Amino acid sequence: MIIETSGLSKTFKGGVQAVAGVDMTVEPGEIVGFLGPNGAGKTTTMRMLTTLLRPTGGTATVAGHDLVREPAQVRRRIGYVAQGSGLPPVSPLRGELELQGMLYGLGRAEVAGRITDVLARLDLTGLADRAAVTLSGGQRRRFDIAFALLHEPVLLFLDEPTTGLDPQSRAGLWQHIRSLRDERGMTVFLTTHYLDEADALCDRIMIMDGGRIVAEGTPAELKRGGRTLDDVFLDITGRSLREESAMSGQGV
Amino acid sequence: MLRDTWLLFRHGLGVTLGQRVGIVVGAIQPLLFLVLFGPIFVTIGTWETLVPGLIIQLGLMSAGMAGFGIVFDKRSGVLERLRVTPASRLALLLGRVLNNVVTLVIQTVLLLAVAYAFGLRAPLAGIAGGFVLIVVLGASLAALSYAIALTIDDHLFPPVMTTAVVPLILLSGSFLPMSMAPGWLDALSHISPFRYVLEALRDLFHGHYLTGTVAIGAAVTVVFAVFSLAIGTRVFNREQA
Repeated sequence: MIIETSGLSKTFKGGVQAVAGVDMTVEPGEIVGFLGPNGAGKTTTMRMLTTLLRPTGGTATVAGHDLVREPAQVRRRIGYVAQGSGLPPVSPLRGELELQGMLYGLGRAEVAGRITDVLARLDLTGLADRAAVTLSGGQRRRFDIAFALLHEPVLLFLDEPTTGLDPQSRAGLWQHIRSLRDERGMTVFLTTHYLDEADALCDRIMIMDGGRIVAEGTPAELKRGGRTLDDVFLDITGRSLREESAMSGQGV
Repeated sequence: MLRDTWLLFRHGLGVTLGQRVGIVVGAIQPLLFLVLFGPIFVTIGTWETLVPGLIIQLGLMSAGMAGFGIVFDKRSGVLERLRVTPASRLALLLGRVLNNVVTLVIQTVLLLAVAYAFGLRAPLAGIAGGFVLIVVLGASLAALSYAIALTIDDHLFPPVMTTAVVPLILLSGSFLPMSMAPGWLDALSHISPFRYVLEALRDLFHGHYLTGTVAIGAAVTVVFAVFSLAIGTRVFNREQA
């Protein structure tokens, strides 16, 4: 198991329980999607799994290390792309990429090689000396992913990777994500509130609502009986996913 | 930890030095006081009394406002991206703080150069001693500024800090020594740690090195540094910072 959690939960100061006991397992090489409405606890769960938030309950092992006891070991092995961008607006991106790689312990020459490879893989060759403000939304998103790939993580977390992108950029990004798994065996864990994204990209879907995983399976299993994912979601949560994804708010 | 600190420091310094105008703009207020207020002040006092006050003003306005940088990094997501790397949390703080210290030193050298042109004649040993205090004070102010920036709301940081800095400068006796103040104001100013540092700087600039004032100023600087760095480290280690 590359991710294994038991009763993982988070109650914020003030008593809001964002995640109410999540038990899950993710196998190496899977693309797993967390689907759910805004406020379901997807992002909070992901922020715990990436060491950004300390759980208030439960246990988790991520990439072979205990999340709470060995956060630095977890960080070495994972890549994380947050919901918003992580790019500095005006500095040339090459310098930022170099810093990022070297913070993972890579040497200068090694980093330069990795940058070339990662940018080529993401169709960003020739753009490293530009600043983020001069790039398109799709290019910026791919740079976010490039930052997360420099140290060759075994597990990549993507929080709403395609929110705000045009259809063509979304399809392109899906292709890139699939090839990371197919060619490198990388495990990808992503959140989305797009039904088509979960359906097209994920080997397995976990539907989250009210801080819990309320359903889980392959897209085909969930759609059994000729139902759409939308029907499944409506049955489970009493809410329509389309309404949710039409809302512009951000997950909690 | 040292390697991470060095990497972050070097990277930040590159960005800082790429914006040379920013370094001068950060020092503009003390420079204006030096040029437009200094010549009046020296009709009753000396440059060696005024310039230390302007250095304290510079420290508060430069290193004290360091938190602005992290507010931008927080909004752009850069801070969170760095927090997912294995870089030591202390390095994330110290790399920035060292960069702010270097900026403050460059600005102080600029201020002193202009002050010399106007007539400051502080002894070299006094200046050297002054720089030791300034470096430690600058690191403390920057660390504290980051702690505040990561604790209070992003939108509150600019108005709160730009307002807070005014009484801190005035109460340290930057522009006129507190010995000229009425008793209540003089008493009040003793709550500002910067008053002690400033009076030590004045003694040093006048060539009086082994005085009680210098000893107290150095002691206050050290205590303030321990306090600020402890708070800064605590905030950087805290989740979501």
